[in-house]
Amino acid sequence: MANMAQAIRMALHYAEENLGVMDIYGEDVGPPLGGVFTATQGLKTAWNSPLDERGIIGTAIGLAMAGQRPVAEIQFADYIFNTIDLLKIAGNTLWSSNGDWNLPMVVKTPVGSGIRGSLYHSHSFDATATHIPGWKIVIPSNPLDAYGLMLAACQELNPVMFLEPKALLRVKGEERIPGEPDDDKQLSKMIDAPLGDRSAWKPQWPSLERYEVPIGKGKVVREGTQVTVVSYGRTLPLCAKAADTLREQGVSAEIIDLRTLWPYDWELIKGSIEKTGRVLFVNEDTEVTNFGEHLVRRTVDELFYKLLAPPRLLAGKFVPGIGLADSLEMASVPQLNDITEALRKLASEEP
Amino acid sequence: MSRPRLINREEASSPPTPERELLVRLHDLMVKTRVLEERLIQMYKQGHGYFWIGGPGEEAFNVPLGMLMKKGQGLDYDYLHAHYRQSGTLLALGEEPIGALRQMKNTASDPYSGGRNFAGHFSKREWNIAPVSSPIEVQYSIAPGTAMAQKRHGGDGITIVTGGDAGTAEGDFATCLVWSSRPANPLPILIIVTNNKWGISTTADGQHGETRIADRGRAFNIRSKTINGNDPLESYRELKEAMDYVRKERKPFLMEALVSRLYGHSSASGANFVANEVDCVKEFEAKLEKEGVLTREQMDALRNRYSEDLATAARLVRDEPQPAPESIWNHIYAEKK
Repeated sequence: MANMAQAIRMALHYAEENLGVMDIYGEDVGPPLGGVFTATQGLKTAWNSPLDERGIIGTAIGLAMAGQRPVAEIQFADYIFNTIDLLKIAGNTLWSSNGDWNLPMVVKTPVGSGIRGSLYHSHSFDATATHIPGWKIVIPSNPLDAYGLMLAACQELNPVMFLEPKALLRVKGEERIPGEPDDDKQLSKMIDAPLGDRSAWKPQWPSLERYEVPIGKGKVVREGTQVTVVSYGRTLPLCAKAADTLREQGVSAEIIDLRTLWPYDWELIKGSIEKTGRVLFVNEDTEVTNFGEHLVRRTVDELFYKLLAPPRLLAGKFVPGIGLADSLEMASVPQLNDITEALRKLASEEP
Repeated sequence: MSRPRLINREEASSPPTPERELLVRLHDLMVKTRVLEERLIQMYKQGHGYFWIGGPGEEAFNVPLGMLMKKGQGLDYDYLHAHYRQSGTLLALGEEPIGALRQMKNTASDPYSGGRNFAGHFSKREWNIAPVSSPIEVQYSIAPGTAMAQKRHGGDGITIVTGGDAGTAEGDFATCLVWSSRPANPLPILIIVTNNKWGISTTADGQHGETRIADRGRAFNIRSKTINGNDPLESYRELKEAMDYVRKERKPFLMEALVSRLYGHSSASGANFVANEVDCVKEFEAKLEKEGVLTREQMDALRNRYSEDLATAARLVRDEPQPAPESIWNHIYAEKK
């Protein structure tokens, strides 16, 4: 099966062939590198921009105004922070012009920990992104969803923030992307750029099919009855794994992959909490004014009398950065053990 | 294409020539713009708006810019990424001034933002007028995007971006120079800086030290020029030449126009007339009178006529409703039709 980087690459290939995408760009996005995570290798419309994040976001707005469908990349979310006012503008352009100018644009950026990236290659962006109205924000946790969400994003009339959990970019999927060959090695031979001189290399794209994950739809990845876990991105597979472990110990956890952070699938969350009476929100952004705090607040507001235990949030520590040492990274953001323990505790909590 | 109505066009005191026609048209639009701005200031002072910002003192430059733009929607036409002093350009394109009054009064009928944004924050997709936003200089980062699309598209449509001199201290101005002049893809963009030598209350010598802002183009091999933006004929001529170059060569041009700021930065600094800066309308009228193009009486009649028109428009706007509270939820997302 394809990994997430390959899935995104294939989705962008589909988009440039079929959905009118003409600019896939950012720092080192074009040849020869094709992106620091290889997600844009071999794409015919990929090009290298100046090392200027404000220029990248600004021109994406301009291209979208001109009716193009840009897919712009910020190499690491750690470097998107100096573009916040432009992201605000992208989010308010339709509203401020009273419906006159919509911006069909996608910004993709790798987020989160998991590669020992120290202070400036480990930032999350979900807490900040969800503070910027006017955007749709998606974050896949597996290659097939990455493919389907990117296809949906490239057909949007509005700005879409596509957050790529960098710890998962090289993880292979469990489900086949429609059109992907059976053999992983064959896929790699077809679409991965060779090492060394790539000047004459051209990818052999499989004949990919349209597959969309609708923006705004979450997914139940483990069904359960005692406790609900809502997560996304890097921590989602860990939550699923924790649920599998606990199931053997008699704890039944339902795991929801939110997939879209805005507009998010409240109906799915609500239905699950009404069933279980317990909920744990898990993500790795810093825990103060965290997106999960909003979900906790809404749970309290709307579902208080259905709850058997206080809604919980497990998130990153509110510290200035993620330190390089393994011990520091592990202590800063939720790991499998943290999630398993938090889940176990919540499942046994009684009023 | 609708042209602005010209009051003094038919009753000329000297015979009609192309040159005279241009002078009369420039004058008409400059006066109309000034009267509009003065009406907006008056509305602010009478409590018919929360904030005023605009372009009195830039008419001699902004009017020719609008006259020379290729007006329309899409890549074949010019895009304008303006700052908040651009009313002269909009009127020269043929916009009715009542829209600016509606924006000042933040009525639901405000054609640019539906009562959501400040005065002078125009937006008109039908004519490629990108929404003006308050953050200084962000339009310089956005503009190369439309220019890139136009470069790929071909034709002679260009992108125009305007901003002030103080804002050139922002990184977005450097972004614009860098992205417009990459040898791999030079862009058809006219980069304009209207230099009024002020940044709100800070003088130019506290802002930046280059001899000419236009000199910054040189390092990027961008053709550039500083012009007297208080002279409408010079502005017209220089803008035409620069725009022809950008249209034909598909390369960037940096123009610095020296202008005045006649009512301060905004209502935040009082919006009172300053007497010690060049008033381009006054100077132009003296020239027109001296050269026998228009008489004082004709020019006074023109101003009175526009003043009356705008007073009537202001009375109309005064009674128009504000947007409904529940409309805050409208237009957060565009939906497929």
